[in-house]
Amino acid sequence: MKELFRRAPKAFTPGEQTPTPDTPDNMWVKCPACGDLTYIKQLRDNLKVCRCGHHMRLSAMEWQGLFDQGSFIEMDGTITPLDPLKFVSPKDNYAQKLRESQHATGLYDAMIGGSASIMGQALQVTITEFEFIGGSMGSVFGEKIARAAERAYELNVPLLTINASGGARMHEGVISLMQLPKVNLALARLGSIGMPHISLMTDPCYGGVLASYASVADIIIAEPGARIGFAGRRVIEQTIRQKLPANFQSAEFMLEHGMIDMVVARTELRSTLARLFKLYTNHSMPATPIPADV
Amino acid sequence: MKTPLSAWDKVQISRNVQRPRTLDYIRILCDDFFELHGDRRFADDAAIVGGVGRMMGQSVVIIGHQKGRDTRENMRRNFGMPKPEGYRKAMRLFYHAEKFALPVICLIDTPGADPSMESETRGQGNAIAENILVMAQLRTPLVSLVIGEGGSGGALAIGVTDRILMLEHSVYSVAAPEASAAILWRDASKAADAAKTMRITAQDLHEMAIVDEVIPEPEGGAHHTPEATVRLAGERLMHHIEHLSTLPMQVLLDQRYQKYRVIGAFTQAATPQHGHGDTLSFL
Repeated sequence: MKELFRRAPKAFTPGEQTPTPDTPDNMWVKCPACGDLTYIKQLRDNLKVCRCGHHMRLSAMEWQGLFDQGSFIEMDGTITPLDPLKFVSPKDNYAQKLRESQHATGLYDAMIGGSASIMGQALQVTITEFEFIGGSMGSVFGEKIARAAERAYELNVPLLTINASGGARMHEGVISLMQLPKVNLALARLGSIGMPHISLMTDPCYGGVLASYASVADIIIAEPGARIGFAGRRVIEQTIRQKLPANFQSAEFMLEHGMIDMVVARTELRSTLARLFKLYTNHSMPATPIPADV
Repeated sequence: MKTPLSAWDKVQISRNVQRPRTLDYIRILCDDFFELHGDRRFADDAAIVGGVGRMMGQSVVIIGHQKGRDTRENMRRNFGMPKPEGYRKAMRLFYHAEKFALPVICLIDTPGADPSMESETRGQGNAIAENILVMAQLRTPLVSLVIGEGGSGGALAIGVTDRILMLEHSVYSVAAPEASAAILWRDASKAADAAKTMRITAQDLHEMAIVDEVIPEPEGGAHHTPEATVRLAGERLMHHIEHLSTLPMQVLLDQRYQKYRVIGAFTQAATPQHGHGDTLSFL
């Protein structure tokens, strides 16, 4: 229960990996919101939340620290994308774009899936990597969510999806679009045994992700200030030819309009998730599963 | 001999103002039909029409996007771009069909879901996502036919069906060609390039096994012989409904699960991925 309270500053324990050359220990990070400089170590100790409250985006790797120490086991880590449309245009080449993103992130695609636990509660989890083509949703993305949901169904455990995505991956065309029904079908199956899916929306969550699994989760948690929407701000401004309010599509705006359940600060996230999962998995009465056919 | 049409030619034909629209299909194919209005929550969205009718002796629920033929009608119907209330009307009709054991026919013809502040504040993404979830589990046969433009999630929100049919000169895309070009290259004028590169024609999608059947059109497009094209489409729709209606419910639902479950292009690498950087410590 100690974690219910704001964490005391603590020393940063490095993970298994050595720091990458582009983040040397003496680096100062400028907050994109307030412009203040913060020492990287201090910033990481505060989970990359600036003194001004701005939540900086985390990589899929960084998010793995949310789980109980050593509990995260990656699954489906060998699934790699193909180039089904042979997408080549004068300005853009999908195969090359994939190679570049793979080199930059160390990942095959924008998604990591696996099993983990939070304060002892076993889970299936998925984490998007926004740095990989904007966290866009293509075949690998869809497949990993579907598999995580199917594993959760088989193991009778909840599903946590940690999301940051610009939408469907254009380079895989309608195949990307068809990942929406694919993941929702798998989630419907998970729902049929009474296991919750919690969706964590971090900045940003747009398009295909919002039009599928992320917005039909049983509980939707957003990080403060995360931008959430179906259509992008620019598209809407062009359509209506007027400026939108500054807070439009922010997590707080979405909460006010009834689209999400809660806005939770990163420092409170782990304890919030632990308390929630406990409520849904510790039944005093045997769970009454909803029939699969409802 | 027909000259092969480019993807962009097909986009133009799919948008032709004289092309048969959902209400034309209903008029030609149904010997009785009642349009049912409203989502019972907020409004009646004219960009989606739906109702109950009789086709070849079978009562069916028909839901489709509806574009206008002139400016006034297009304003009223928002160019066939539904708002959340349109999708929620469709959802109401899906449940209606299930309740009365009626098969569902969905006619797809939209540039995409309405992108506006009001649609966002009423949950456009959620409205689409909920429909996808409802269709995935609906206990009645569903068949869709792309009659014009199949634009993105706005199309898919009434398109998660047991069979997907497309007219020969219709298109189906992850985003409208103009939007795709804007997203990919920040240049909406490259729409023709996007149409070609993204393989959005009925023939492309049939080849990729996403679309089950392509219904032929006369040379130049369905608007040259609207009555004949619509009647042929109606026969094919009913053919699929008749077959699907013979399946036990669990088989129907399992096949629907599999239909979408297998869509995806990926392979296995020899070694697992390993992301760069460190984890943070939330403990």
